[in-house]
Amino acid sequence: MSKIFPKSANSLPLQIIIYLVVLTGIATAGVTYYMTPKYTRIGYAPVQPVPFSHEKHVSELGIDCRFCHSNVDKSGHSNVPTSQTCMNCHNQIKTDSPLLAPVRESYASGDSVPWVWIHKTPDYAYFNHAAHVNRGVSCVECHGKINEMEVVAHNQSLSMAFCLECHRNPETRVRDPKDVYDLNSQTIAAKAGVEAGVKFVHDWKIKPPQSCSGCHR
Amino acid sequence: MRHVYLVTFFVVVLGVSILGLRGTKFTSAPMDVFPEWAFPGMKHQPKPYAQGSSDFFADGRSDRMPVAGTVQRGMLRDDEHLDHGKTATGAFARGFPEVLPVDFKLMERGKDRFTIYCAPCHGALGDGNGITKKYGMGATPSFHDDRLRQIAEGEIYQTITNGKNNMLSYADKLVPADRWAVIAYVRALQRAQSGTVADVPAAHKSELGLK
Repeated sequence: MSKIFPKSANSLPLQIIIYLVVLTGIATAGVTYYMTPKYTRIGYAPVQPVPFSHEKHVSELGIDCRFCHSNVDKSGHSNVPTSQTCMNCHNQIKTDSPLLAPVRESYASGDSVPWVWIHKTPDYAYFNHAAHVNRGVSCVECHGKINEMEVVAHNQSLSMAFCLECHRNPETRVRDPKDVYDLNSQTIAAKAGVEAGVKFVHDWKIKPPQSCSGCHR
Repeated sequence: MRHVYLVTFFVVVLGVSILGLRGTKFTSAPMDVFPEWAFPGMKHQPKPYAQGSSDFFADGRSDRMPVAGTVQRGMLRDDEHLDHGKTATGAFARGFPEVLPVDFKLMERGKDRFTIYCAPCHGALGDGNGITKKYGMGATPSFHDDRLRQIAEGEIYQTITNGKNNMLSYADKLVPADRWAVIAYVRALQRAQSGTVADVPAAHKSELGLK
């Protein structure tokens, strides 16, 4: 009787198992690396209707964040500025620029400039801007160095792990309330040591919630 | 078996070259790795967002204007002096509203708001030499002349609220109390710019090298 399978077939089951293990490893690595906001959201820099440069307006002109995002310290929602805010200066500066045409049209018609929303959390996560900026959490913690961005790009993952990292250790992230809108400033911990950060968190009664309902409703 | 590993290796290389690495800049809409149709949840809720869009309302916005004849909570503006800068007779009011004592706190608030909203054009000193001047902003008046030193507080209030000439309204950025805080700070700037050696308290003169 002739042999149907060669002798090497004896090791085949083992080799298949080893290959499946390797394949599972590759798949796990792929999911871990790619299926997270660290990959899907960081670096998102959509083309906006007007190529507004934060770098020019903040670093070069020294305009405060709140000049345009005027409700950030009063409301949970940090507003995109009205076109009237742009026209405060641009009714006299660069009045003929074709790049600013959408702003002029919006100001004349009352329709919104169709800005593209970049930083977005899932609808079940509620983030309150005022609660954070009024307690020493700087814009830079979540948005990165916007003051150096020619085009705004998503800078942090804004995942739940990202939020909790700071909610568990607020003393390492808080700034002097005077420094909140200065994106080049240092945290209290970096300036005066972690003890100073702990003291600030205590004195300002900062109790970042870690319970589900703190952020989810 | 070696061929299988080689093919797997190339598939991985191909995948990484298509997907790229973390942190790369991109302009297309972010990938949704747990799409709603496959993993139903509450990630996308049919609710209006602040400054969002809406298919329901004719103007396409989710933000609504107050219904005619109604006033939002905290938005009633019925105090002639505080909310309109006028006296009962309709003239521009002089001095500050009684409900707002001019103290250090109000001054601090005024300095803060002035620096954010006014200084870009009017300059940190109120001399009209803000940063925008360099970029072609027309002549921004200095606060330091007799006309503006004598002007009624109510008239400054009116200018902040409704704008004047090329200056647009700042009413959406400064609530009435903040406008008065800014006025208090403007008065402080005017006083400081017209200060003389005689204003320095005797005890501090030596620190400045004065007699």
